[in-house]
Amino acid sequence: MEQAAPDLERLLQPAPLEPLGHPDAGLEAAVGEEAEGPQDDEGPGDRTMTENNFWLKKIEISVSEAEKRTGRNAMNMQETYTAYLVETRSVEHIDGPSVLTDSLWRRYSEFELLRNYLLVYYPHIVVPPLPEKRAEFVWHKLSADNMDPDFVERRRIGLENFLLRVASHPILCRDKIFYLFLTQEGNWKEIVNETGFQLKADSRLKALNATFRVKNPDKRFTELKHYSDELQSVISHLLRVRARVADRLYGVYKVHGNYGRVFSEWSAIEKEMGDGLQSAGHHMDVYASSIDDILEDEEHYADQLKEYLFYAEALRAVCRKHELMQYDLEMAAQDLASKKQQCEELATGTVRTFSLKGMTTKLFGQETPEQREARIKVLEEQISEGEQQLKSKNLEGREFVKNAWADIERFKEQKNRDLKEALISYAVMQISMCKKGIQVWTNAKECFSKM
Amino acid sequence: MEGELPAAPRGSSGLPAGDASGDSPCALLPAEALALDGDEDDLEVFSKDASLTDMNSSLSPTMPTSPLSMINQVKFEDEPDLRDLFITVDDPESHVTTIETFITYRVATQTSRGEFDSSEFEVRRRYQDFLWLKGKLEEAHPTLIIPPLPEKFVVKGMVERFNDDFIETRRRALNKFLNRIADHPTLTFSEDLKVFLTAQAGELSAHKKQGPGLLSKVGQTVRAVALSMRGVRSRPEEFVEMNDFIEAFSQKMSLIDKISQRIYKEEREYFDEMKEYGPIHALWSESEEDLADTLGGVASCLDRCCQATERRLCGLSEALLPVVHEYLLYSEMLMGVMKRRDHIQAELESKAEALTYRKADTDLLTEEIGKLEDKVECANTALRADWERWKQNMRNDIKSAFADTAERNIHYYEQCLATWESFLAAQTDLYAKEPSEDKP
Repeated sequence: MEQAAPDLERLLQPAPLEPLGHPDAGLEAAVGEEAEGPQDDEGPGDRTMTENNFWLKKIEISVSEAEKRTGRNAMNMQETYTAYLVETRSVEHIDGPSVLTDSLWRRYSEFELLRNYLLVYYPHIVVPPLPEKRAEFVWHKLSADNMDPDFVERRRIGLENFLLRVASHPILCRDKIFYLFLTQEGNWKEIVNETGFQLKADSRLKALNATFRVKNPDKRFTELKHYSDELQSVISHLLRVRARVADRLYGVYKVHGNYGRVFSEWSAIEKEMGDGLQSAGHHMDVYASSIDDILEDEEHYADQLKEYLFYAEALRAVCRKHELMQYDLEMAAQDLASKKQQCEELATGTVRTFSLKGMTTKLFGQETPEQREARIKVLEEQISEGEQQLKSKNLEGREFVKNAWADIERFKEQKNRDLKEALISYAVMQISMCKKGIQVWTNAKECFSKM
Repeated sequence: MEGELPAAPRGSSGLPAGDASGDSPCALLPAEALALDGDEDDLEVFSKDASLTDMNSSLSPTMPTSPLSMINQVKFEDEPDLRDLFITVDDPESHVTTIETFITYRVATQTSRGEFDSSEFEVRRRYQDFLWLKGKLEEAHPTLIIPPLPEKFVVKGMVERFNDDFIETRRRALNKFLNRIADHPTLTFSEDLKVFLTAQAGELSAHKKQGPGLLSKVGQTVRAVALSMRGVRSRPEEFVEMNDFIEAFSQKMSLIDKISQRIYKEEREYFDEMKEYGPIHALWSESEEDLADTLGGVASCLDRCCQATERRLCGLSEALLPVVHEYLLYSEMLMGVMKRRDHIQAELESKAEALTYRKADTDLLTEEIGKLEDKVECANTALRADWERWKQNMRNDIKSAFADTAERNIHYYEQCLATWESFLAAQTDLYAKEPSEDKP
């Protein structure tokens, strides 16, 4: 452990505080520290991958337990919540034994805090989503209660999944706050808040404004946004129907259970048919109870789909960031253009556009040449500054697009792999259900025939 | 298909399978072919190649129904009857008069019996007429187990009186009713049945007016009420057992009827939801590239499973529900039969009691008592025989109905299994072929 910690300390940096949107800053620093050799012109991607793999092999993360707790909340009122045990194990050699290195308790709100932090500091990354806060797409047997043990169990799995996704992300896994989340129980919240990330977050309003006003966003992002809307819509629809189908299926199976009871009673009054009825009834009971496991498995499948439902939101967040940056850029360009024009007007003395100064000049008399010179000078300074800013904003924007798009490609492949696997596992579940059905009804048929 | 009755499990195809094993391969319905051993599968006699021309010449070649339905009608009674009376109920038609709206059904008869004037009859009857027939049969044979009629109207479920499902269900039940009567060794020769099958409308109403007048009917009812309040003194042991069985059976049947209806309802709602499930996946596949193939595959699997569900539903409503419901109604009939038997015995007992008190008219009374004793004896004998017959049929019918349902369920799951397995095979093939191929 002692050996591991310093390595990681060096590897990890707190997320860059200035300037925002320069996502490589932290990474380059990390890479710089590690590597002896020259900086490649290839992006840090390659380096991070190897380092990431190296790091991954060192760590296993699990959310192994959930516990109900009571405590006092911010308003000093008593509340009940669930705490989750997050365990980290380090693996010395590949395929070697794992040793428990860290173990601490976290509640859902702390996971949320971590995620919100990552969203702010890695706006170009499709940040993995958390499992749902409240049970949705519930069918009648499942309760919508957050304290329900089944819900808590599924949430535990979802939280573990979240941490694994972050840990396996080439960029996110290197974040210090993430590392501390896994290793430092007390005081972690304060550290996160100290980064001041909340202040750095783009306001919702600003983002909305940008979405409406931006003139030339990258077409790929527009398409991506459209896609993420479609994905969200279709998956929610699917989940809703699935829940209803599950409900009905549950009803069909369970009602058959009543046959079991009645056949059994009936067999008491029958001589020849008695045995057949009795054993057929037993099979009806088996049939009725088989649905519980079937639907439990299906619930896990639904959770896999849900993850991508929530991922759609993360995709949209990246698109929004791009729109914001683009809008910012457009505004800066516009501002610069207008200053240049003003300058030109002052220099040549022509007033082409309406301006307040122009009006007052007309009303109150022209200004002195000295005053005009002064103003031109100020404007020229502003213009020069503006040109610098525009250049760097442009650069930022292009970097953002490049890096975001790289992560989006990574995400797309992950999504296709995961969803394909999920769909195939659904087919496997259906096959298993059919086989059980065939068996039960074959047995029942035999009993009926013997009656 | 007329007369969808629960034949023995037929397997996946709707046709009776197999060839004749021996004696009379092609003939559809000659009497000898039906004198079967208990062990032989009845269906073996009826090869798929059997044609109408092989039938008895007395039966017209232009049968209103398919040979298959004939087979079914014959088959459901597990007796080597000499079947010479074939009845079908079909073609419901709505009639609107100023007073009422009602439905009539076509009742078509084919027969080779001498006592019928012709070999073919076609009449139209309404529910009231069936009710009349049942009443007459009950009157003539108070302790025989008369088949039940479908209910007058279905109150629960708010089924509109004349909606298509209701009419079809009723038609099937009426068909069964007449065929059961035709198969009954005694009832089949009822004069009232003959009139019902052959009389044109005017004749039927004329015939209905005959028989005990209103006053005598009222008198009968009064006596019946008085006697039923008195109750029977000592029911013979066998009838006590019978009564107990009927009570328990009736209770179980009522539950099974409810359960079966409920299962149908749940399956129906499941089917309704499933109809939406496949199309969503198809819609999703339109926004995807790499996933489009897989999603499309899932969509078509779900659609196929949905179709299989629909077939399963039909099977349930054709094979199981009518049988269960009929036996529910039968159990009510049976209770009526028990009451009538008790009534006859009570009549005897009351007369016998009167004899011990009265000193005058002893000769007359003794004579009457003699007659009543005969009546009781006949009634009990008739019931006893019919009871055994009924129980045998009940066992077969219930067994067939449930075995058939189980078969259909197996078939349903097998179809779904095949669909998903072929999807999986296709997907894993693709998996093996392209680890990460570039797709155009």
